[in-house]
Order: sequence, then structure tokens, then C-alpha cells
Amino acid sequence: MAVISYREALRAAMREELKRDDKVVIMGEEVAQFNGAYKVTEGLLKEFGPKRVVDTPISEAGFIGLGIGASMLGIRPVMELMFWSFSYVAFDQIVNNAGNIRYMSGGLINCPIVIRGPANGGTNVGATHSHTPEAILASHPGIKVVCPATPYDAKGLLKAAIRDNDPVYVMENTILYNDKGEVPDEDYIVPLGVADVKREGIDLTIVAHGRAVITSLKAAEILEQEHGVSVEVVDLRSIRPLDEETILASVRKTHRALLVEENKPFCGVDAQVAYLIQSKAFDELDAPIHRVSSIDAPQIYCKRMEDQQLPDVNRVVREALKVLA
Amino acid sequence: MAKPAVLTHPESLKRPAGPSDYAKDPVNASMSKAEKIALYTKMARIRHFEQRCIRIYQQGKIGGFLHLYVGQEAVAAGTISLLGKHDHIITGYRDHGHGLMVGMGMNECMAELTGRVTGCSQGKGGSMHYFAPDKNYWGGHGIVGGQAPLGTGLAYAVKYMGLKGSCLAYMGDGAVNQGAVHEAYNLAALWDLPMIFVIENNGYSMGTSQERSTAHPGCLAKRAEGYDMAWDVINGHDVYEVRAKTALALKRAHEESKPTVLEIFTYRYFGHSMADPDKTYRDKEEIKEYREKKDPVLAFEQELLREKVLTPELSQEINDAAMAEADKAAVFADESPDPTVADITKHIYWEEDNRGPDTTSRGTIIFE
Ligand SMILES: Cc1ncc(C[n+]2csc(CCOP(=O)(O)OP(=O)(O)O)c2C)c(N)n1
Ligand SMILES: [Mg+2]
Repeated sequence: MAVISYREALRAAMREELKRDDKVVIMGEEVAQFNGAYKVTEGLLKEFGPKRVVDTPISEAGFIGLGIGASMLGIRPVMELMFWSFSYVAFDQIVNNAGNIRYMSGGLINCPIVIRGPANGGTNVGATHSHTPEAILASHPGIKVVCPATPYDAKGLLKAAIRDNDPVYVMENTILYNDKGEVPDEDYIVPLGVADVKREGIDLTIVAHGRAVITSLKAAEILEQEHGVSVEVVDLRSIRPLDEETILASVRKTHRALLVEENKPFCGVDAQVAYLIQSKAFDELDAPIHRVSSIDAPQIYCKRMEDQQLPDVNRVVREALKVLA
Repeated sequence: MAKPAVLTHPESLKRPAGPSDYAKDPVNASMSKAEKIALYTKMARIRHFEQRCIRIYQQGKIGGFLHLYVGQEAVAAGTISLLGKHDHIITGYRDHGHGLMVGMGMNECMAELTGRVTGCSQGKGGSMHYFAPDKNYWGGHGIVGGQAPLGTGLAYAVKYMGLKGSCLAYMGDGAVNQGAVHEAYNLAALWDLPMIFVIENNGYSMGTSQERSTAHPGCLAKRAEGYDMAWDVINGHDVYEVRAKTALALKRAHEESKPTVLEIFTYRYFGHSMADPDKTYRDKEEIKEYREKKDPVLAFEQELLREKVLTPELSQEINDAAMAEADKAAVFADESPDPTVADITKHIYWEEDNRGPDTTSRGTIIFE
């Protein structure tokens, strides 16, 4: 097994899928000649040429819509958004077209498109560039959404997404791009809709996705070292489809749940998860479910305050102790 | 991609900076000595402010994205120097030059970059999101092209209120490919709005040269013809030319309530933002050529020296003062406090910030 970065893992996924299937096309702003705004697609133009790796103008509604149209005829576009925040200018294509075409055609048309790019705060770029739209998008039936937290999951989920016959939106995180982890050399996928227990424990379940998983793992370590509490961390990996059973199994074991996410609290992913737990494991709970999300405001620019706005290790520890009290 | 056969560029763009063809244009000839010196001073201030920002960024005090305006000064300076009480402006994220031109202070601008509560947006907006509505400056917008419809709305409001004014919406050469820009063009033309779309064509959108991003009939401004709008191309290295040609568009807006598209050819000396190493997509030689032969601040200085409006000593004084002002702003930013955690949830809703017997909604609006 090689130790590679999250960025390299994503690149490896695209490379392997470009090789495996000549219908796969990479498209987006600066993905080819500039090697990617965040260098995720570095080297792909050189290896696969300009037919497979394509630079687009700054026309998200246009090129994302084009990718959706091409996918209807069997191309498998993997579209990069420089930030998921820019998806908002292409919202109609992403939601109305990609999300509804199969349903409205009575199953006649598929839309095997992947849209990927970073969706995170914490980089001091202000409100317009810090959106985390996984909950908004996942609330539309017809759309699949995944949020990898580790290099292994990044590669496996992206490969699964590319092979999937529905629109799959992959939310990455610029802060994780340099994180390293073990990734197998041989071909593998991480199926959509399978959560992963990233740390086993018996006293408390933390459910998280994306970078919040990393934050939660650090908090779990502190809870163990300093408070003698054994915490289980469930990484959703996939928001829709959602692995209900893994969440419930963990709660049945620990009887307490804390939900952590980077979204703003209103109608966040954790609102759904909290409903799930109380509806299917109410009797298992020994304490009310708590959650930690971003402070409910547009993303503040000031870096020191943005760090407070996001869920951080201290806040997770504090909230965990409340659930355990 | 099909290359246009004939490029529609202004004649003056094809040669190095020299005496301006537009010095005798009425808008320039009618300027007093003091006005000319003031205009030069503003351009020098933008230049020095931006160069000071580089150092502060390198010290790690400015995070996120920092898009510099160095090289493009004559665009903001020339256009904004013509504006009156009911003329409004709005731009993208490369917004510092416009801010200083409308009269924002270096202190509030610098403090915004380092995220201080004394910044123009109280540390909430950052480099890409400057605002000074009291000076008819409506931002500072981070999403490419998003300001074009907003600007069109400002022009609509000006017309609606029966005022003799206008709105100038600035955008880059890459932004012209956003659908929102085309929708704004159509609305401005269809509804006869006093609107000026200013394309600051610096040749690149991030690492993509204009030829690789854009299909056009010889220049970007000419797309206006598809909407039956007037258009012009301008050498953006000559502030007099910028003023002369923008003045015509302003007249069209004020007197006929008609929109114009202006394409102003300019150049940025630094990378797209400070995060761009600027090593792959253009030649060092190209940058050098622009810096040495077409620099807008230098060109205007030379022009004013020829006119005997400036002396070398006065110019030195102006530049020294601008540098000192930027240094002071850096200290001000350093010494200013951050916003607080409680500030994070302020300024979200007017109603939340103004709770009283007259406010109408009930219920939870900010969630834990
Ligand atoms: C909708 C959207 N897509 C992409 C971006 C990322 N982005 C920011 S600036 C930029 C290039 C814009 O180039 P141009 O319009 O020529 O303006 P310049 O930066 O040269 O002033 C890109 C791609 C964005 N901010 N918004
Ligand atoms: Mg440009």
C-alpha cells in the first residue's frame, strides 16, 4: 500500500477511470493546461491529451449543463468546480436537469455525471467562497452526494461515482488536499451509501462527514486521554444514499450520540440523522442527541473568527461531555 | 478554435506609451492643474497601497485570496474620475483600486484585508468584498460575473427615481462568458438603462489566455452589437483615453438613458491572485514589456511632466506621501482589534439588528 495525499488519491481515481473507460472526460476551469487550480488534475492533460481533459471558460451553467447533456448520450463527464460555491450559478442544471431527467422521462434517460470540487470553509476566503451545499443538494431525490474525509475514501468514492449511472456530486475539502493516508495499489471502490466506523468505542457515538470526521477523531482522542471516555466515530462518507444501519448499530452500542458537521445548523445533514436516530432507536438513547455545527451566519472573513465559527476540537469535546453528563 | 480575422483594438494600444492622443479632448483639456495632480496622486496611491499589500500578505497577515490591481490603475482612475453624485459603480474581486478611487481610506481598506473590525466591512468581507455605499460603491463581488446584473439593477433604480445618473459595472475578460452577463446586457439594452459595462481586459482569466476562453468577433466589446448596444475599445494604459471615451458613454447614459459596453485593454503585473505562482501561462518578457513600455502610472507622470503640471520633485513628494500613507495603514491594521465571536451573528438580518416594537417577524431566525 502506498501512502499518498488526498489530492493524489483523487487524481489516481481519475487516471485509472480515464484508462479504464474511454467515455470518461475531465472538464472544468483550469483543469488542463494550468493543471488544476488546486492541482488535483495535475499531469492528466499530458497523459491523456486535450480530447479527454478539457479546459472550459468561466461558464458554469454552460459547461455543467453541457456535461449533463453529454452524459445523457453516454459520455461520462467528470466535471471540476473550482469551488462548489460556484455551483450556485449552475443550480438549474445541477438540480433541475441532472436531478429530474430520469424521473421525468419515466426512466428512459440516465445521467451518469460526476461533479467534484472543494466544498468547505476554513480558508479565509469569505462568504461567497465557503459554501457546503451537501445538505441542499442531497435534499433533492435523484441526486447522490458523497463527502470523503481520507485519501482512501477519496479515491474509492470517486471511482464509484464515475462508474455510477446517476448524477453523483463529490464534495472535497481544500484543507484535506495535503492529508496523507494509505491507499491500495490495486483497483478498489468504496460503494456509495456505506458509512465507515473510523474509530471504535463504547460510551458515545459521534457521527460526522468530511473534515468534521478528522476534527471528531482528534476530539475522541482527547476524550479518551483526558476524560477516560471511549468514543466511536462514524464517518458517513456518503450523504445520499445514507447508511442508516451503521449509524443505528453504533447508537445501539453506545446509547449516546453527538452529531458533528461543518454545515450551518438549519436543515443540515445532521437534522436528518437526528430524526433517523430518534425514529428508529429512540428506546436505545440514554441522553438527548446533541450536535455541533458551524455558527449560524454567512462565513465570516476574519480568519481568527472563522476558526471559531467552524466546529473545532474544543467545541466537540465540550459538547460530547454534555451528552455524557 | 476559430481565430478572428481582424482584431478590433484601439490604434494607440499598438505602440509604447508616449504623448497621449487624448490630452486635447475636452474632458482632459478642461481639467485644472490641481485636478490633474489629484488624479495622478490617486493612481500613485493605488500603486503603493497594492505593493504594500504584497508585503503584508507575505508576512502572513492577509490570508485567503488577494487579487492585485497593479498595472490596471488607469481603468479605475480614468472612469471613476468622471463620476458625479448619481453615478454608481460595482465590480468583481479585484476591487481595491476602485475603492481607493471612490475615496475609501487606506486604513479601512488595509484593516479589511487583515480581517479587523475597523475594516470597511468590519472584517466580514475581506479582499474580494469591499463596500462603500455612501460613496456609490456597491462592491466587491467574489462570484465571477455576478455583479453585472446587480449593476444593471442599480442603473434601473437610478432611472426609476428619475435621476440623471448611471452605473458602471466592471468585469474581467473571463467574466464575459458568464450567462448572467449576457442576461444583463439584454436587460440594459431592452429597457434603455443608463448602464456602462466596463470590461477590464487584462488578457487572462487566471491561467487562461483570452484566446483560449472566448469566441468573439474581433473584440469582446463588439458582442454588444448583438444587443444593439453601443460599444468602444480603449487603451487602458492611457488614463486620458480612458476618460475621453468613457465620457461619451456617460453622456449616452445621462442624456439618452442608453447602455454602452467599453472594453478597456489593460494588464496585470502580478499573478491572478497571490496564490498564483504565475510561472506557466505567460512569458516574463511579456510582463516586462508592459511594465517598461506601457505602464499607466508612469505614462501619466510623463504626460504631466511634459505638460509642466508635475515636476520631478512634486512627483517624488506624491509618491513618498502615498508610501507613507500605506505604511501607516499597515500599522493601523496591525493595531486594530478583531471582530468578536458575538459579531459573527450580527449583520445577517436587518430585523435582528433592529429588533423593536415595529419589527414584524416572530420566531427563531438564527439557529444553534
Ligand atoms: C462563478 C465563478 N467561477 C469561477 C470563479 C473563480 N475565478 C475567480 S477569478 C477567475 C478568473 C476571472 O478572470 P477575469 O474575468 O479575466 O478577471 P481578472 O481576474 O483577470 O481581473 C476565476 C475563474 C469565481 N470566482 N466565480
Ligand atoms: Mg482577465
